[in-house]
Amino acid sequence: MQLYLPIAEVSVNIFLLLGLGGLVGVLSGMFGVGGGFLITPLLFLAGIPPAVAVATSTNQIVASSFSALLGHLRRRTVDMTMGSVLLAGGLVGSALGMVVFNWLRARGQVDLLVELSYVIFLGTVGGMMLIESLNALVKARRPGARPKRRKHYWVHALPLKMKFRVSGLYISAIPPLLVGLSVGVLAAIMGVGGGFVMVPAMIYLLGMPTKVVIGTSLFQIIFVTAFTTMLHAVTNQTVDIALALLLIAGGVVGAQLGTRIGARMKAEQLRILLALLVLGVCGQLALGLILRPSELYEIQSVAAS
Amino acid sequence: MIRLMLLLIALALPGQTARAEEIVLGLSRDQVAITATFDGSEILIFGAVRREAPPPVNADPLEVIVTVAGPAETAIVRLKERRAGIWVNADAVRIEGAPSFYAVATTAPLGDVLSITEDLRLAVSISRAIRAAGNRDFDTADHVAALVRIRKAQDVYRLQEGAVDLDRETLFRTSLALPADLVAGNYTTRIFLTRSGAVIDSYETVIGVRKVGIERWLYDFSKEQAALYGLLSLALAIMAGWAASAAFAGWRR
Repeated sequence: MQLYLPIAEVSVNIFLLLGLGGLVGVLSGMFGVGGGFLITPLLFLAGIPPAVAVATSTNQIVASSFSALLGHLRRRTVDMTMGSVLLAGGLVGSALGMVVFNWLRARGQVDLLVELSYVIFLGTVGGMMLIESLNALVKARRPGARPKRRKHYWVHALPLKMKFRVSGLYISAIPPLLVGLSVGVLAAIMGVGGGFVMVPAMIYLLGMPTKVVIGTSLFQIIFVTAFTTMLHAVTNQTVDIALALLLIAGGVVGAQLGTRIGARMKAEQLRILLALLVLGVCGQLALGLILRPSELYEIQSVAAS
Repeated sequence: MIRLMLLLIALALPGQTARAEEIVLGLSRDQVAITATFDGSEILIFGAVRREAPPPVNADPLEVIVTVAGPAETAIVRLKERRAGIWVNADAVRIEGAPSFYAVATTAPLGDVLSITEDLRLAVSISRAIRAAGNRDFDTADHVAALVRIRKAQDVYRLQEGAVDLDRETLFRTSLALPADLVAGNYTTRIFLTRSGAVIDSYETVIGVRKVGIERWLYDFSKEQAALYGLLSLALAIMAGWAASAAFAGWRR
């Protein structure tokens, strides 16, 4: 069944879009990532113009993240205090990121920079997570192994200490603010919610428990992507509400399923799967940069002035 | 008396100043409505050749060319190059006025029915139709060729030689399948009559492609009330997220 999208100006299969939304929704619920780094390239493949794909996927992420967040709220795995601190840093960061993005665009090659930063960040984050969680899995299997005691990082010596009850942490507010800030910058440059960077940062830099990390990341993502959706709607008018609704319909259902699946899995298994997914996308992008493209020319249409 | 006779003669010969062979055109539809379920459309372009006198003897056969051009856009064509092991966008050319859709249908191979000078003057063939919009020729030829090649592969630029049927040098018709991902706007339709490569008459009309109903409403809404549209998108997203969550919670109980 075909549907003509009013803003994208293309005719696409309804079930294809529902399926794409559902797939990304499952990942969103399982791992607490918004899925922006997956849905946007998938929409390109479905023939949606890039500008519309980027803008509309942020709107879709709001819906699937909100649906998943409600699931986490019921199970009390959201650290609101931590989320608010991260968000405060994140909003400042995305404003900074927009400035950087426009500065880069004026110098050309912004596409290349976005792709390169994807490859570098996805590769580093994915690799680190995979090694760490494989180690954790091996240790957990060994009989008599004691759980590792929480390390005392340098971050614990900073001032402005706050109590994050849900995470069971008593640390300075400065590291979460900085994490939020740098993720915000990345999110604005790369056009994603930033969950795939945020989740590992919360686990490894802030020492938060994995179960709490996902809900808290979702909490922050909703606000960042809502902010981005508004920016796109007002400045470029590229949010396609019909496309968003189809992706949402698939996505919200998928997110609920994902939350259930995630709750039944061990934290280490969850992290290995996320690491493999992140590395897969990274490899795909890296191949695109290295292999000779079949068509050396590329067309970008702009409305006639 | 003589004056009256001259007047009568003048009235009786209205075609004296007009061309010997003229196009009379019909379209199966001159409006295409894009609805939510739009998945392409077929337009029949047909017409007749009106003559005051029988066609010239021993002349080359009459040929017909039909072109349909979508709204003009600016296309930026970039060439990728390998630098330091990765493929990057090297040089870019802005091509002004490249139509979003362009189809040429003819009765016989285009090179046989239209001379190069006439093509230069009237911009009929695909590559000329793009270049006609004021692009300088030097250094851009490869980029223009790439644009045509890619768009031909996407079937939005078409050369359909032999797709126009011509009966007894009088009645002609062709059908045009418009793609599903059609850009709204005015589609300029031109018909040329040629003999020995020279154009002897031409006719131009417009097929209007418009969004209707909810498609149009949403499109206008997103342009005119952008902030409100953005808020509506977000509200729908939040509501859908909440509804799905509530539905699943209820289903589990």
